[in-house]
Amino acid sequence: MTTTAPTTPRTAVRTRGTGTAATRIIGIATIVMMGWLVAFGLGFSPADRDQEEAVRIMYVHVPTVWVAYLGLGVMALCSAIYLFSKQHSLGFDRFAGASAEIATVFMALTLVTGMLWGKITWGVYWAWDARLTSFALLFISAIGYLAVRGLGGTHQQRARRSAIVGLLIVLEIPLVHWSVRLWNSLHQEATVLDTDGDANIDGLMLFSLFVGVIAFTLLYVWLLLHRSRAMAMADLLDDVGLDRALAERRAEGTSR
Amino acid sequence: MSRWAIARLIASKDLRVERRSRVVANQVIPFAGVTMVIFAFALDAQSARTDEGFVPLLELVAPGLVWLAALFSLLLLVQRSFAIESDDGALDALRVAGVDPVAIFWGKSIALAVQLAVLDVILLGAAILLYGADVRAEGIVLLVATFIVATCGLACVGTLYGSLTAGFSGRETLLPLLVLPVVAPVLIGATRAVESALGTGGVALSEGWPWLGLLTVFAIAFAVGGALAFGPLIDEAT
Repeated sequence: MTTTAPTTPRTAVRTRGTGTAATRIIGIATIVMMGWLVAFGLGFSPADRDQEEAVRIMYVHVPTVWVAYLGLGVMALCSAIYLFSKQHSLGFDRFAGASAEIATVFMALTLVTGMLWGKITWGVYWAWDARLTSFALLFISAIGYLAVRGLGGTHQQRARRSAIVGLLIVLEIPLVHWSVRLWNSLHQEATVLDTDGDANIDGLMLFSLFVGVIAFTLLYVWLLLHRSRAMAMADLLDDVGLDRALAERRAEGTSR
Repeated sequence: MSRWAIARLIASKDLRVERRSRVVANQVIPFAGVTMVIFAFALDAQSARTDEGFVPLLELVAPGLVWLAALFSLLLLVQRSFAIESDDGALDALRVAGVDPVAIFWGKSIALAVQLAVLDVILLGAAILLYGADVRAEGIVLLVATFIVATCGLACVGTLYGSLTAGFSGRETLLPLLVLPVVAPVLIGATRAVESALGTGGVALSEGWPWLGLLTVFAIAFAVGGALAFGPLIDEAT
């Protein structure tokens, strides 16, 4: 029973992060802008006449809505590019997936901050307002999209399947919103006041909102870059892992 | 062979499988029936006040419950529709044989729509018998049109998303998550249209027609979108 010890090929161990100079700069800018947002949102900007201190939730709520829609938009765009370009580049698929993941998280944040604001201002967590209801349905659809991404198969299968589902979700948004708005117009019991419509917004409040949108957009870009690179690594790991497993099984077969 | 002829062949094949196996007749329709009964348990025999005086709550919500039961049954019908394809790799065989995916989509949608239509009629009958819903003569046209259009829309959505979950264990649970948010417009539109067709709670007949418009847009959107997306979705070969 003399067997030679299996020689494991010593591969160069190289730690590779997902950060680059660009993402570091974006990350630092995000932190600085978040600091500004805290200073303006909680400190400098005045309390609202009607909503009082609750208006400060808006400085987080509005940017999260923005990032949620931005993320879905990028997801749809990248899905379309993947599907209709000749290369079928997986890079766009990963951008779409990463963007959808971020959008889903921010949709959840939007719902939470919106409900907290609603409880303080309207007295209820949830009103069957058209915007709220269609947003909730969109949130569920986004979770469905992420589930489709996890179905398995090759990377190209995953990419094509999720690109189609992603585009379908975005295309159904107008239908869902239209139907919910029609539905809601018959059930107009709780009148929902529109805060950002005709009301004059104080200059400092508007500036704080602006800071919030910039800060959260930077955060989105930072997350998107890191997440899509992490996904690229996971894909690479899948490929390399499969190759290595095949090579090992072959080696076992020949050594007997 | 034209696309339409293939679609008809596939639809008749699905219906023949059902006629011989009777899975829908023996399992899905009883399920729909028991759903209608347990809705009544949940809502009790209370009354609600409307413009026309006190109306039993069940009669008031009957149109919505009919469509809710139809949606739940749709999920089962879709699973069945694709179980018969994936059991023997029949869907792959069709693709390998070069059958036009648009024709497959239409064929399976038609078969699903026929089965769903039968189910709808039974559910409406249950609503009339159990919940005391009344059909009025002037609302018949709107009622029939709503059932046809909504059923076609549901069948297209079901076939489209059913293809995603076909043939792989563990995917069945994904179907409701994908389908239910998408068909929310059908639930809303069909419920309101049937309410005005039946005159539930004093709703005017004229209020139903815009909802039928919504359902038509939905059905066309998914008949076209589904036909385009179905081929790439079932093509798992790459």
